[in-house]
Amino acid sequence: MNKKQWSKFNLLMGASLIGVSTLAGTAFAETGDAERGQAAAATCTACHQANGSGMNIPGGESWPRLAGLNADYIVKQLHDFKEGRRQNATMMPFANMLNDQQIVDVAAYYSEMPITPGQGGDDVDEALLARGEQLAERGDWDAYIVSCKSCHGPGGTGVGETFPGIASQHAGYISNQLHAWQNDQRSNDPQNLMGAIAKRMSDEDIQAVSAWYAGQDVSAQTGSEEEEAAQ
Amino acid sequence: MIMHKKRLVLALTGCSLATGLAVSAFADNAADPSNEAPYQQLVELGFPAPQEGELVHVPPTMADLEDADIHPELKKVIRYGYDLFTNTQQLRGENVFNDMNCSSCHLGEGRQPFSAPVWAAAVTLPDFRGKNQHVNNLEERIAGCFAYSMNGTPPAYGSDEMLALSAYHQWLATGAPMYPSQPIYGRGFPAPDEPDESPDYARGEAAYQENCAICHQDNGAGHYENGEYVFPAPWGDGSNNWGAGIVRVDTAAGFIYNNMPLGQPRSLSDQDAWDIAYYMSSQERPQDPRYTGDVAETLERFGPTFHKRSLYGQVREHDGHVLGDHANFGEKGDIEPWNVGMPRFENLTDE
Repeated sequence: MNKKQWSKFNLLMGASLIGVSTLAGTAFAETGDAERGQAAAATCTACHQANGSGMNIPGGESWPRLAGLNADYIVKQLHDFKEGRRQNATMMPFANMLNDQQIVDVAAYYSEMPITPGQGGDDVDEALLARGEQLAERGDWDAYIVSCKSCHGPGGTGVGETFPGIASQHAGYISNQLHAWQNDQRSNDPQNLMGAIAKRMSDEDIQAVSAWYAGQDVSAQTGSEEEEAAQ
Repeated sequence: MIMHKKRLVLALTGCSLATGLAVSAFADNAADPSNEAPYQQLVELGFPAPQEGELVHVPPTMADLEDADIHPELKKVIRYGYDLFTNTQQLRGENVFNDMNCSSCHLGEGRQPFSAPVWAAAVTLPDFRGKNQHVNNLEERIAGCFAYSMNGTPPAYGSDEMLALSAYHQWLATGAPMYPSQPIYGRGFPAPDEPDESPDYARGEAAYQENCAICHQDNGAGHYENGEYVFPAPWGDGSNNWGAGIVRVDTAAGFIYNNMPLGQPRSLSDQDAWDIAYYMSSQERPQDPRYTGDVAETLERFGPTFHKRSLYGQVREHDGHVLGDHANFGEKGDIEPWNVGMPRFENLTDE
């Protein structure tokens, strides 16, 4: 981290400390608590699993990994399910069971879990994986498909609360979501940023990029970072 | 698929001759039917179709490089040039002192029409350049980007970095004619039509917050994540300095209109593009390296050749701030780019 980044970091730290201290007494519902989240998440584990890993279900509706996702991203998605901005028949009744406090709590709970490996990326050939890597890292500008990393960040590990991490996500889930954007079944992204790109992707492109990101295992990396932080 | 591995100097397809388009491409791709009428995808996105009499060039990709019949050593150097172009931050602290990569502005790895595709420099230079009032070659043109857009100081002429970057530019130009007589399709950042109303700061701020801030942040700082600059900074110390081409409002409007929001080119109205460009150009950034110590004097000296199209030295209406009236050179501090103000050809006569 260079000097400038340090100063940015310190500014952020300062701002967040002020934020916490002023919020603590007044706006309780704004702050997630992972311990409370664990209790509220009892209803989630049947699909998303106790370790937040979710499950890849080939040919079916895959359950996304939630472990290690950005908390604010999870909060937004849960509100979107509740309020109909994101349509999913399976998820909606469960989202409806959570109140605002429980939403921030389960989001904190899952966001603090170590990332688990993505599944479903290993039954594709080399050529398809190469296409997936190209789309993820460089895009295909001749088809005006910008690279995934240009928003989802280096390695596809996510950028802030808006652009979720997609590395180590299940291939089946990534693929389902891209198809949902193509078919206008999902449109809760800001400014149609994902929808515009998804609509330019072929079925093969979607399969390629889903498999490639599922195979980008960032679970071990997160583990070592946590060890460093604990020392 | 690619059948032939030979390079031709200029590939003109039958179809393109029939329609009067001068289409050039890497020869391996010339047989590809999509290259007979290239850039259809862009036309569908609202870009103008290539016109008769224009030079339409489809630069090769990095995948084409692997298949190309050129010396393996040259491939290595071109790959290094590509790497420098798309990850210019590897020269941070040495040649680059802001948060930008070449590919932050030249989208699509420098290949994209209407995003100042860089191959054009390789076939139109050496040429006279108004900005510095003498004949520049490709290396000097690239050096200009380091001094202004990267707020840095260039790698030396003939250095490994400079040669690699030049080689990448020239590789992208493969198949295009040298010193073309035709206008080039998609060159530069062409400005949208003049807006109905003069560009406006408040409207620009609102349009920026609505369309740009989710990536570039409310304060224009961009976004740094996991060791890389994901979204470049449109202003502030992390951005280009006051001498970069994109501080000219029409150039900024052209970049925005043709390229932003990412993935949705030409989705903003002409008015929004101009307003956002005006707002962005009304923010502070590192000083122009040509600064004389006085903003008014600098404006007087470089207004006619450059700043007449920027807001440098102008009073910002809502708070009275004089833009560029400071001695903040950003992270590079007192490092002076060696190429700025370097005279050339002073002893040549007109005859």
